[in-house]
Amino acid sequence: MKQEHSRRFFLKTSSVLAAFAMIPRTAKAFYEEVKNFFVPNKEVLPLTVSINKKKYSIKADTRTTLLDLLREDLHLTGTKKGCDHGQCGACTVHVNGERVLSCLTLAAMVSGKEVTTIEGLANEDKLHPMQQAFIECDGFQCGYCTPGQIMSAVACVNEGHTGSVAEIKEFMSGNLCRCGAYNGIVQSIQKVAP
Amino acid sequence: MRPFIFSKSSALSQALSKKNNTTQFIAGGTNLVDLMKKNIAQPESLVDITTVLPDKITTNTKSIQIGAMVRNTAITNNATVKAKYPLLAKAILAGASPQIRNMASTGGNLLQRTRCPYFYDITTPCNKRKPGTGCSAMQGQNRMNAIVGYSDQCVAVHPSDMCVALAALDATVTLTTKNNKQENIAFTNFHRLPENLPERDNNLPANALIHSISINENPFNKNYAYVKLRDRDSYAFALVSVAAALQLSGNTIVQARLASGGVAHKPWRWTEAEQYLKGKAATATTFSEAATMITKGLKPLSHNGFKVPLLHGAVETALQNCLVASQ
Repeated sequence: MKQEHSRRFFLKTSSVLAAFAMIPRTAKAFYEEVKNFFVPNKEVLPLTVSINKKKYSIKADTRTTLLDLLREDLHLTGTKKGCDHGQCGACTVHVNGERVLSCLTLAAMVSGKEVTTIEGLANEDKLHPMQQAFIECDGFQCGYCTPGQIMSAVACVNEGHTGSVAEIKEFMSGNLCRCGAYNGIVQSIQKVAP
Repeated sequence: MRPFIFSKSSALSQALSKKNNTTQFIAGGTNLVDLMKKNIAQPESLVDITTVLPDKITTNTKSIQIGAMVRNTAITNNATVKAKYPLLAKAILAGASPQIRNMASTGGNLLQRTRCPYFYDITTPCNKRKPGTGCSAMQGQNRMNAIVGYSDQCVAVHPSDMCVALAALDATVTLTTKNNKQENIAFTNFHRLPENLPERDNNLPANALIHSISINENPFNKNYAYVKLRDRDSYAFALVSVAAALQLSGNTIVQARLASGGVAHKPWRWTEAEQYLKGKAATATTFSEAATMITKGLKPLSHNGFKVPLLHGAVETALQNCLVASQ
């Protein structure tokens, strides 16, 4: 009886001591540790975004990126998720006419801006000249990076960075292609460039 | 990513009044959104400051002022920058990709965090991410890390190219503080060395944000170069980079500027070599001696010894390229 009591006492005190040892030294560090156990409720924002000249009013989690808004909420799956960390360019879209990475853009920050995706490039049944050029010049193989490549290529031409092959390559370096269709991509851009 | 409250600020003073430990400002988002995805940054509330920061480039006869919200691409397209401060445009174009430069803000470029692999890997100790846990890079994969100015607590490098040019051009950072006052800080004093506080990247006071960057008119718009050496030809962080600028009188160097990226916790100025070049003839021998002066005191880590000869060559090449630019 006596022995059991002391064993319980030992277990209790040792676990309390262990718990104390795990508490970080500073109040701030302790707060950070505790925070990890309590995940706050998600915050939802009402958004009005214009995508391919069509207005959408939608409620989205504040954490939603433009890429996820397009793909998951609006089912505009033309824009691709490659790395999701701004390293591959597969998610390239135009915001107010400029190419940006939709994976690093919070949906909440494009409210009131004009977004163009690969779905908005063609004029009804007539392909955009860059889309046509990619077909004619073999600008892709598997096609996964292609929407991002085309959006970037259109911007590259608009920006006037098509003076030489070297300039095209430099200004298309934000779009990776694992199939290695780079030569076809450069040719497509040269074909469309003025 | 942890849930957070999102709000848009309507005035600079309002944004500053919201600043505290659990609130973060977002402008371009190219670094912060990524850090949030990886749970390295976990703000409880996020304040969009894109509409309250100055987004214009203003010039007068003596200087140029670049608002904190000016996107990187806009700087490179600005006629005054191209004519009078071309080193800045050249350095910016050497960094990131066109998409990221379209998004990234001037203020955010200064405040971006290191790309040290251990800072990004939350399963490993990192004094910068979690103070007091130790530095994994010191004995780990450190080929991208510092060769000068590091401490036993942190060997991270600052990743910016733009900041290397701003350091070389002796820019000034203008801050807005909580009581809406403006304060200036010399660019070379803005970023700091890790010392015993590796979690602090810079000297930005807690109650302030970056308002703008200014550069005084200078004679470095003719003979300048930015040489960036990296693992691939484009869209990669620097192993070493060199911003060089010379003011020449005939073949004599009146004054020189030399700064490097990829070597330290802050954009690094080589003032000793600058002094050495002053008054010398602009020859390959002089350039080589300046490069030797720079590389002789370096202390590379276990995996980045290659950076020393790489930097030597980059300094020589940059100085040579300064002469080519003038022709």
